[in-house]
Amino acid sequence: MRVLAAMSGGVDSAVAAARAVEAGHEVTGVHLALSKNPQSFRSGARGCCSIEDSHDARRAADVLGIPFYVWDLSDEFTEDVVDDFVAEYAAGRTPNPCLRCNEKIKFAAVLDRALALGYDAVVTGHYARLVNHQLHRAVDPAKDQSYVLAVLTPEQLDHALFPLGDTPKEQVRTEAAARGLSVADKPDSHDICFIADGDTAGFLDAQLGTRPGPIVDENGTQIGEHDGTHRFTIGQRRGLQIGHPADDGRPRYVLDITPVTNTVRVGPADSLKISRITTLAPRWTERTTPDHEFDALVQIRAHAEPVACHITVGGDNLQIDLVEPLTGVAPGQAAVVYDGDRVVGSATIATTASFSTVTTG
Amino acid sequence: MTPQPGRHYLDHAASSPLTAAAAEAMAAWVGVPGNPSSLHTSGRRARAAVEESRESLATDLGCHPTEIVFTSSGTEADNIAVLGSWRARRSTRRRIVTSAVEHPAVFEAAGAAGQEGADVVLGEVSESGIVSLADLLDERTAVASLQWVNNETGVIQDTGRFAEQCRRVGAWSHSDAVQALGHRPVDFESAGLDLMAVSGHKVGGPVGIGALVVRREVSPAPLSHGGGQERQLRSATVPVALVCGFAAAVREAVAGLADEAPRLRALGERLIRGVAATVDRTTVTGSLAERSPAIVNIGFDRVRADDLLLLLDLAGIDCSTGSACTAGVSRPSEVLLAMGRSEADASASLRFSFGPTTTDATIDAVLAVLPDAVRRARAAVR
Repeated sequence: MRVLAAMSGGVDSAVAAARAVEAGHEVTGVHLALSKNPQSFRSGARGCCSIEDSHDARRAADVLGIPFYVWDLSDEFTEDVVDDFVAEYAAGRTPNPCLRCNEKIKFAAVLDRALALGYDAVVTGHYARLVNHQLHRAVDPAKDQSYVLAVLTPEQLDHALFPLGDTPKEQVRTEAAARGLSVADKPDSHDICFIADGDTAGFLDAQLGTRPGPIVDENGTQIGEHDGTHRFTIGQRRGLQIGHPADDGRPRYVLDITPVTNTVRVGPADSLKISRITTLAPRWTERTTPDHEFDALVQIRAHAEPVACHITVGGDNLQIDLVEPLTGVAPGQAAVVYDGDRVVGSATIATTASFSTVTTG
Repeated sequence: MTPQPGRHYLDHAASSPLTAAAAEAMAAWVGVPGNPSSLHTSGRRARAAVEESRESLATDLGCHPTEIVFTSSGTEADNIAVLGSWRARRSTRRRIVTSAVEHPAVFEAAGAAGQEGADVVLGEVSESGIVSLADLLDERTAVASLQWVNNETGVIQDTGRFAEQCRRVGAWSHSDAVQALGHRPVDFESAGLDLMAVSGHKVGGPVGIGALVVRREVSPAPLSHGGGQERQLRSATVPVALVCGFAAAVREAVAGLADEAPRLRALGERLIRGVAATVDRTTVTGSLAERSPAIVNIGFDRVRADDLLLLLDLAGIDCSTGSACTAGVSRPSEVLLAMGRSEADASASLRFSFGPTTTDATIDAVLAVLPDAVRRARAAVR
C-alpha cells in the first residue's frame, strides 16, 4: 500500500512509520504544522509543534529513507480544535481536544487529502489495535489510546494503521534505539499540545477574560467567588478558594457549572456521584450499529477505569445507566463504549443524573 | 554531475550540479598548502590561482578584475550591496529603492536597513512581473536594487535602463544577476551598473562561493570585519579551490551560452506547449517574451503546489514550488502576490528550471506524470 505516516517528531510515530516501511508499504512522512506561531524549541515534555519537533520528524524520515513533507493545517486546527476547546469551556463543558483532533484533523483533513493524492491509508503512532478493522485497546494499558480514537467511523478506520498497539512503550523505545532513531529517548508529550506551558486556566483566561461570579453550595447559598467558570471542571477540588471550611469540615468539589448564571456549585464528594449519563448523538466504530439496548463497559475520561453499564440507544442519543455510581463525570467529555477491549462507539456527554437531581452542562 | 538513477532534476535555479570542468579546477587545489594572503611561495601560488580566476571571471562578467570581490554566496554579495551601500551613504541619502519581487537576500537586507532608519520604498510590479522603479529614484536614494532575472518566474528586467535612471540621480545601482549568469549575456560594464551579485552553484560551480562586482568609484561599508582580504570590503581567507571552481564553471557557461540558451528555450517551450495540451486551466507565470530560457513557472488552478510537488517527487521529478518556506511551513509566494495574484493562486504554481543536464527525456518524464498529478492534487483541495 501507499501510506502516509503522520510524524510528530516523537518516538511513537517514528517507530510506527518504521514498521510501516518494514511491512513493505510505500511510506511518505508528513509532519503536521498545527500552530500558527510555532515555538523554536521544545520546552520539557509539552507540546509537539515546535520547529525542533518538525526537525526531529524529518531526521527520522531521513533515517527511514522515506520522503518527508510538512503540511500546514494550522487554520483547520485553530478552527476545529482550539476554537472549539475554548467555546466548550465557555459553555461550562469539559472538552477533549485530542479526540477532536483525531476526528477533525488526523483522520479527516489529513486522511481526505491523503486519499485524494492516491494514498491508501494513514499510519500513526497511537497505541491501539485494529483487529479485522475493529478498534481494540492496546496491549499496554498504561499507553492505551483507544479512548481518543473512539470517534472514528468505520470508513476512517478502514484507512488507518496503528502498528504500535501490540507493543509496550518501553519496547518501542528500545526498538527506536536499535533502528538508529535519535528520538528514542525523547520524553513523552503530555498535556494539551497547543498550551505550551501547561497552564490551561491561564490560556482560557487569555481567551475568555476574567468573568467573576458566585460559588454556591448545594442549597444555593453563596459561599465564595470565582474568576470565571472556565477555570472549573466537574469533580475539581483545587483552586476553589472558598474562605471558610464546610460545616462538616469535609472537602468540597465542583458539582456543576451554569454558564448562563455564571455560577459554580460545590458540595461534598457524595454529591458528585451520578448513575445516569445522557449523551449527544453517538458515533459507532462499526457498520452494524448496536441494538437498542445492551450491557457494556463505559469509560468517561481519557484515563478513567471502564465501568459496567446498561445502554439504551435513543433516536439521537444514548442513555447510559451505570451499575455502580461514578464521580467526576463532566458534560463535554466523551463516553466511550467498550465490549471488553473492543471499542463500540462514543458519544459526547450531555447531562448526568444522580438518584434525585439532574445536572445540565 | 552524476544523475541520480530514476530521477529527473528540474531545479537548477535552486542549485545546479557541479560541472566536470569546475570539479577538475577544484581538484587541483585539494590538499595543496597556502593561504593566498601569505607571503611565501605556497601563498603566492595560491594567490596567483585566485588572481587568474578573478581575471577569467572579469572577462566573463564584463568588468575589471579589481572590481570583483569574492564572497561566500550571492546572498552575502546582495547584503553588502544593499545594507553596506546604505550604511556608506546614510548621512546624505536615506532612501533604498527596490521591489517586492526581489530575492530575499535583497529584500530582507533592505528590511534590515529599514530597521536602521532607511526609508525603503518598493516599486510597482506589473502582472507580468515587470518592475518600475523610475518614479521612486531621486537625490535621496542611496542604492537601488533590481533583480536581473527573477528566481521564481524567470522574468528579465531591463537593467541597462535601470542603471541609467540611477546614474541621473546619483543613486548606486545594484542588480542581483545570480539567475541571469549563464543563461543570458551579463555584461557589467555595458549595463552601466555600480554593483552586481553572482553565485557559483547556480551555474555549475561549487556551493559556498559568490562575488560582488563593485565599480571602482563605489564603496559600500563592510558588513563583517577582519583582515580586509577582498578590497577591504570582505574579510576572510579566500577559498582557492572554490574560487577556481567558480571561475571554471562561469567560463564554461558563458562560452556555451550561444548554444545552450536556445537549447533550453526550446525545451521550455516544449514543456509549456505540452502542459497546455494535457492539463486544463494552466497559465505560464510572468512575461513570455522577457523570460530566462532556464526557468518556466506554471500556475495550476485550484491546487496546493505542495501536493503537486509531493506527487511529482514520488514520480521521480525534482522541481520547486514558488512558495517560500517559513519554519517548514509553506506560504504563498511573495513574488506572485506582488504580481497581483490571490493567495490561492500564489500557492498553486511550480517552478521548473533547466541546466546542462536537462534534455528532451526530462521534459517527457514531466509530461508523462503531470496530468495525473494535477488531477489528484485538485481532488485534494476541498
